[in-house]
Amino acid sequence: MNTYSLSIRPFGVHAILVEWPNKVQEAILEDILQFMECLKSNLDMHLWELVPAYNSLTLIRRGDPIDFEKFSGQLREWYDEKGTTSPKDKFLWRLPVCYDIDFGIDLEDVSQRLGMSIPELIDLHTKNTYTVFGIGFLPGFMYLGGLTSALEIPRKATPRLKVVKGAVGLAGRQTGIYPQESPGGWNIIGNCAIPIFDAKKNPPCLVKVGDKIQFYGISRAEHELHKIEGEVGIYQIEKIKIDVKGP
Amino acid sequence: MLKVLKSGFFTSIQDAGRFGYRDIGVPISGAMDMWTVGKLNMILENAEDAAVLEITMTGPTLVFELESSIVLGGAEMSATLNNKPLRNHKVYQVVEGDIVSYGRLEKGFRAYLAIKGGFKSQKVMGSRSMYFPVTPINHLSDRDEVPYDTDKSFEPKITEYKVPNLLEDTLLQVHKGPEYQILGDRQLEKLFATDFTIAKENNRMAYQLQEPIQGHQLSMLTSATLSGTVQLTPAGKLIILMKDGQTTGGYPRILQLDDKAISTLAQKKYGDQVSFKLA
Repeated sequence: MNTYSLSIRPFGVHAILVEWPNKVQEAILEDILQFMECLKSNLDMHLWELVPAYNSLTLIRRGDPIDFEKFSGQLREWYDEKGTTSPKDKFLWRLPVCYDIDFGIDLEDVSQRLGMSIPELIDLHTKNTYTVFGIGFLPGFMYLGGLTSALEIPRKATPRLKVVKGAVGLAGRQTGIYPQESPGGWNIIGNCAIPIFDAKKNPPCLVKVGDKIQFYGISRAEHELHKIEGEVGIYQIEKIKIDVKGP
Repeated sequence: MLKVLKSGFFTSIQDAGRFGYRDIGVPISGAMDMWTVGKLNMILENAEDAAVLEITMTGPTLVFELESSIVLGGAEMSATLNNKPLRNHKVYQVVEGDIVSYGRLEKGFRAYLAIKGGFKSQKVMGSRSMYFPVTPINHLSDRDEVPYDTDKSFEPKITEYKVPNLLEDTLLQVHKGPEYQILGDRQLEKLFATDFTIAKENNRMAYQLQEPIQGHQLSMLTSATLSGTVQLTPAGKLIILMKDGQTTGGYPRILQLDDKAISTLAQKKYGDQVSFKLA
């Protein structure tokens, strides 16, 4: 049985922070997600929000303060019992990225700094699947784990004031997509025209924590088409259900 | 409709917030000074989540096209109804063609205008609170229109609500944040003995404080943040997340503001001072 020793602490009076060991690990994320499913069946979800990220789960209660002593004890009981909760379906999302140098404005610089050709770089970026360890910072921004060390590159010394929506970037051990125009210091290697977050859709965010992402390269023409599809809100993304092995 | 003749510096529609989407990175949003908005909606016998106008620094000029009742609160901005001065926390009736306009900012930073029944702009993901890109715009512009329902029969139980407001408060009640224990004696002393000055960088997302405390070298994994979370950067800068603040962050969360302290801070502007006190 995969049970960790949890740290449970108050986070103000309306939230509780539950922490697992301080590591980026799929097994830990898996345990958090399973606990979340267990909590969803025990809590009134009109009153509670659950925010998972890497090695933590934050429970936020609407309205009244939380009785920490009582509730933390209850949480530990639920954690001990959670083994019976079945995990939620997970998906692998295949996202089209245009690695044209007009979008990948740092491609040439990155390829020089990493000492590899642009095709080699694209090959490495599209080969791996990445795990979504958290969604936050901006609506639909995914914290992706699983970048190969060959693509690790420091963020830019001076952040750009404006990075366009859909920009695909590299920074340190992370890769990801800017879900909206914002300032940013990541090295931009391409663009994904499919919106991960769209407030007009239900659910507004396609991807959830625990899902996996794989990128694949497309031409400019295909990118233009996806962009129009994204703007009018008709797009199909290839998603593959991931088989989850039982305990 | 409420017609916006002039929108002022930053006027937006806000309600009690957009609950339930923080796991996909959508901040709670809602009125920055919810303490005041709660009072205004109570005076009008509105639902707790009735939408109001949040008016920042300089106020708009507004024309009412339907009869209703309004009440103002929060920052004092020399508001008038057809050129007659208005008081905060007092119910006024408006009829078609009435004009509310704002003048000089006298006290506080964010004024609120609540209307009987609340403003009826479109809800997006369960809330009317403006936040881009969840809502198409994040503030009102000249000539925008905001829907509301007419109400001719409202007789308030309270016509004027006489309580001290929080505009003069400078003490922020805080709880220990999740990473409070990383603070050393020198940091703690500075944190609780300093009158901190509000930096230029202050908006609905976050308030930065000018005076740094000693920095830190803790490298932590990204984790959830809340409105009212006080983050400490490696260089020792204090950043207090507000209603449109990011839902996750990688800086230590050393303090957590009490609900009322968030409202108190929301009434502070560049150059104002605040201090922390453990609740």
